[in-house]
Amino acid sequence: MWNDLPQSWQIVVSIALVVGGLFVLVGAIGLVRFDDFFMRLHSPTKATTLGVGSMLLASIVAGAGHGHWSASEVLVGVFLFITAPVSASLMAKAALHRRGPSSAGTARQRAMDGDGGQGQPEAANEGSSRQD
Amino acid sequence: MIDLALDFALGCTGLSLVLVAWRLIRGPERVDRVLALDTLYVNVVALLILFGLRRDTMLLFEAALLIALLGFVSTVALARYLTRGDVMD
Repeated sequence: MWNDLPQSWQIVVSIALVVGGLFVLVGAIGLVRFDDFFMRLHSPTKATTLGVGSMLLASIVAGAGHGHWSASEVLVGVFLFITAPVSASLMAKAALHRRGPSSAGTARQRAMDGDGGQGQPEAANEGSSRQD
Repeated sequence: MIDLALDFALGCTGLSLVLVAWRLIRGPERVDRVLALDTLYVNVVALLILFGLRRDTMLLFEAALLIALLGFVSTVALARYLTRGDVMD
């Protein structure tokens, strides 16, 4: 089925598919493994969206190789890239409304708190604003 | 070569669906479940694109567009419900 595509186009489609699959998987792993909701919000809204965009690029290139261009692939990509930050912002607002700022803190904050007396006591309250 | 890459991408997407479903069941708060549902929608869009590539049909992209639209609307509705207590005034 794919033999009528040129060799370089096949390589581009394959690389885009593999990169897209890896980014989608990284987004799901981040959703499972991060500690706090505000950290968990990062990985699906950035990595998964980029992975789906890469898969759409592969689909567009493969469709162009077969001679049919379609608007719906581009439409799906544009729609996902526009709506992902909006829905992430709304979910962050909902979490802030329910519970206030981040409670888990970053790994560096936990290390500072574990030292005993080194970290400021308000570091745990300010949460995600001091994660540099 | 493309078939192998397609199999790899399908496996990654299926595995990520399982992981996101674990977060959806487990999720300690309601906002986590909303986030997992949103991610599930995006993963289903990716799965439909891959199936469309494999079957060489254009029909599934319309379904992917529809699911992306419904996912965004449902995420906005759930987030507004968690924030204000009602969806619309």
